[in-house]
Amino acid sequence: MTLLRRQLPLLITFVTGILFAAQYYIPHPASELMLTSVSKWLQIIAGFALILGVTSLFHIHAVKIRRKEPGWGYSFVLYAGMLGTIVIGLWHGGKETTDGVTTAFGWIYTFMMVPLQGTMFAILAFFIASAAYRSFRARSREAAVLLIAAVIVMMGRVPLGEHLIPISGDITQWILNVLNASVRRAILIGISLGAVALSLKIIFGVERAYLGGGKE
Amino acid sequence: MKTAWALTILLICCAPTAWTVQAEETVSPPQQLRVFDTPNDSGGSLTVTWAQTDQESKNLRYQILLKDPAATEPKVIAEFASDTYYVRDAKAPWWTRPAPKNMHQFTIKSGKGIDLKDGTSYAVTVASVAGEQRTSAAPVQAKPEPNWFNWNQINNLAIVMIFGFVVLGSIQAAKRREIFLRRIPGLDAVDEAIGRATELGKPILYLTGAGDMSEPSTVAAAVILGRVAKRVAAYETDLMVPHRDPIVMAVCQEITKQSYLEAGKPDVFKEDSNFFITTDQFSYTAAVDGIMLRKKPAANFFMGSYFAESLLLTETGASTGAIQIAGTDSDHQMPFFVTTCDYTLIGEELYAASAYLSREPVQVGTLRGQDIGKACILVALGVGTVLATASVLLHVDLSLALDLVKDWK
Repeated sequence: MTLLRRQLPLLITFVTGILFAAQYYIPHPASELMLTSVSKWLQIIAGFALILGVTSLFHIHAVKIRRKEPGWGYSFVLYAGMLGTIVIGLWHGGKETTDGVTTAFGWIYTFMMVPLQGTMFAILAFFIASAAYRSFRARSREAAVLLIAAVIVMMGRVPLGEHLIPISGDITQWILNVLNASVRRAILIGISLGAVALSLKIIFGVERAYLGGGKE
Repeated sequence: MKTAWALTILLICCAPTAWTVQAEETVSPPQQLRVFDTPNDSGGSLTVTWAQTDQESKNLRYQILLKDPAATEPKVIAEFASDTYYVRDAKAPWWTRPAPKNMHQFTIKSGKGIDLKDGTSYAVTVASVAGEQRTSAAPVQAKPEPNWFNWNQINNLAIVMIFGFVVLGSIQAAKRREIFLRRIPGLDAVDEAIGRATELGKPILYLTGAGDMSEPSTVAAAVILGRVAKRVAAYETDLMVPHRDPIVMAVCQEITKQSYLEAGKPDVFKEDSNFFITTDQFSYTAAVDGIMLRKKPAANFFMGSYFAESLLLTETGASTGAIQIAGTDSDHQMPFFVTTCDYTLIGEELYAASAYLSREPVQVGTLRGQDIGKACILVALGVGTVLATASVLLHVDLSLALDLVKDWK
């Protein structure tokens, strides 16, 4: 049992980890072919895994409807929306248009999915405003610096701001290219080293929590 | 006076003749022509090098001629001014440079009407063209072949190996003596957040981000989930982990289950604490926002990689009054997390979280390895900056040193 739960997964992780790390340094078409093949395997696995996901979704909402939990009506809407879309999608063979005419499936996508996604994305503008208001209140020295930098950058990024204060464009570029870029690169160096260290820990079996945690 | 005018007119009339004579000077063929398989590539490519000559000017042009084995005549595949296409323009590091930097180099690649087949021999030559004159070097045969190693990246491999040894060495060192870890307030607050949720009798929401299991940040988020779940189990608080990726969900289910077992509370574990919502970015965001508003979790954890949904999630969480802890390597989303969350693990702190929470010597050792790596990079940055500045100011070629620290990505 330990062999299947621990040793075999660790061995597979080690071999594939070394193989795909080496792949980066091998330009030969065989290496590219291996990467392409494995990418296809991943797509196939992801396709089957989606069944797991959808099963989980159906199960959770079925329980909610059965127990009449608060908000069970939303679960009913989810069921109706999901099953309706699947049936209509299969009916039209997954096509959004047939001979230039929008199918019901295409209609659902264009007039329901896209506006709903657009609405969610549009809310971001209001959230940015509220988050900016909260963080730009100059309650501390750091917040004051943030406020000043933000005002300068905002002025430098809009034509009216640059028209009113011509130097704001240059200062903005300096803030972005020097201060911002250097901090960002420092963060990226830390992230890269962290990611490499974590990858090494996984490849060499030092980090095993992703297998189900704990020690043997 | 008349004689002087006559002489002037005569000189003016003769001048174009003199230029013509200069232009009609015999054009010599390219010297030291070499044609060979392009090194460090996946095949389908040949590299041509030849020497620079004194005749090079805007008027002199070079033509690259390629003869397919099936064709009877060579075909001109490229023509350019003679003061272009040098070895130095190819930007290869000095250890893979095929010729001195002042020589010409042209790479013939498959595509745009050229189809170079690996293992097939092609005749290639370079012609010098000036006006009507055209002279070419003797053709050279070469076969394109794929290569098994990219020597341009040998410095990268060396750095990775050295870093690997440093990390593994640090792990060994950490087993022998205790290593100091600086405080990470965001991780110290994990217990506070769980305790608060327990006191309020409200659930804890944990998100693993937008990535799949191939991303280190998602693996880190899953590992931290294990540590968090163990403490949540001890307090018998509700845990909700909505997912965007079914594979991440399956992995996290196992991790959570194991954590409850280790905490001695397998009976408290709920199979549906990890659940799938959708792979669609904004549908997922809307669903999680709905959960936050309906269930009002007392603590929200945002670990892993995020995109545009980050602010939509955290701002909604902030509006419910939940204590929020974020940890991400998505540098473009960090400002949003810093603004809206109580604590943010910036970049590498996300990867350090597992070690910090577990305090296992093996885990802590890797952090020391990372610190040594950072110190090396700092030194390389400093030395590289000084050398690059010196090479510009003093007009000296320091590529021998600078190429070593190039392309570490």
